[in-house]
Amino acid sequence: MSAPNSAYPDTPEAQPEKPKRHEWPLWEIFIRGQHGMSHRHVGSLHAADAEMAIKNARDVYTRRNEGVSIWAVQASHIAASSPSHKGPLYEPSESKVYRHPTFFDIPDEVGAM
Amino acid sequence: MYAQMVKSTGQGVKSLDDMEPQERAFQERIDAGDKIEPKDWMPDGYRKTLIRQIGQHGHSEIVGQLPEGNWITRAPTLERKAILLAKVQDEAGHGLYLYCAAETLGVSRDELTEDLLSGKMKYSSIFNYPTLTWADMGAVGWLVDGAAIMNQVPLQRTSYGPYARAMVRICKEESFHQRQGYDIMMKMARGTPAQKRMAQDALNRFWYPSLMMFGPSDKDSVHSAQSMAWKIKMNTNDELRQKFVDQTVPQAEYLGLTVPDETLQWNEGKGGYDFAEPDWSEFFDVIKGNGPCNRERLAARNKAWDDGKWVRDGLLAHAEKRASKKVAAE
Repeated sequence: MSAPNSAYPDTPEAQPEKPKRHEWPLWEIFIRGQHGMSHRHVGSLHAADAEMAIKNARDVYTRRNEGVSIWAVQASHIAASSPSHKGPLYEPSESKVYRHPTFFDIPDEVGAM
Repeated sequence: MYAQMVKSTGQGVKSLDDMEPQERAFQERIDAGDKIEPKDWMPDGYRKTLIRQIGQHGHSEIVGQLPEGNWITRAPTLERKAILLAKVQDEAGHGLYLYCAAETLGVSRDELTEDLLSGKMKYSSIFNYPTLTWADMGAVGWLVDGAAIMNQVPLQRTSYGPYARAMVRICKEESFHQRQGYDIMMKMARGTPAQKRMAQDALNRFWYPSLMMFGPSDKDSVHSAQSMAWKIKMNTNDELRQKFVDQTVPQAEYLGLTVPDETLQWNEGKGGYDFAEPDWSEFFDVIKGNGPCNRERLAARNKAWDDGKWVRDGLLAHAEKRASKKVAAE
């Protein structure tokens, strides 16, 4: 979760000889809103375990009726693509305009399609 | 503001031609309105300045609970008490959103907390003033949250994605805070003569500290110029202060209260009010730790952290024990 080089020159992270701190792990929180949408990432929080993560998520992220369901995922379990792979991952789709329905001209006489 | 006098690199803003290719590409993304995300490359100065700024902002939300928490048990009605509780709970939430945004930059939550508790990191000067009467709850919501909104609305467009997203959530909730404050002021201003005097007294005490929230003029500051080039600061302090005064004076007039500034005058030419500057020597003194409540606020945060240690440790030990039992059973 932490950046490769500590931004904080005088922190233990930047001084590897000091022992790592013992914090509650970080959880990423996903909430399903009222209207049948899929769960959406809303933010993160710290909690000792999954049960507490869900309780805290309720207090931090649903104080105004924002959701009907909560997922909590420990942040260290999330695999993420790297920004440097942006080109190889997404450029191939840029040339495939035929994947969009508007690529094809359908005569008006045919009606809605 | 909630983050006052944040230092950046201390050097002037580099022109695109003076930048190495990586930094130049970064600045061009910002100029084009792109958002920077946690795993993207960023200059060290951008990362450090943001940690200072978001950390200070988060600390302000957390310490900002104390002046209002002071009145929860003494709110005049059960409804006012419930509302104030909800407001203070929101401030805790705002602190958490901001801490999480700062953590994406590589600083840990405990580091941020410990730097607040040791006095190494600052929080807004406004929270070092005492809340003496119930009318102060009105003045804090109306003026302090009002000033915060001035700063936070433009920050929704800041270049760092996690910070911008935290601001969007916060701004949605902040408007409730300001309106509940003004609602208290209306009630007091239209109440008995004694209540009206309390409302006027609260305005008298909070007016100049609220103007100080924007920080001293930074039109010539290199820190400010760099932060604006990085789009982590969207307006100068003077611009925001002027906007705040222009918005707030008519609201005070509606309440029948008098802004404690004899020089206050509408200036047709600039389309805004001329007003007196706060006493900046008082501001620097409060920042240094000599405001009326600095020691009390930091002592309260330190006590909460120390008293809570056994709970944090116990819950973590319990979670680890349960996790290891689960592994053993599989």
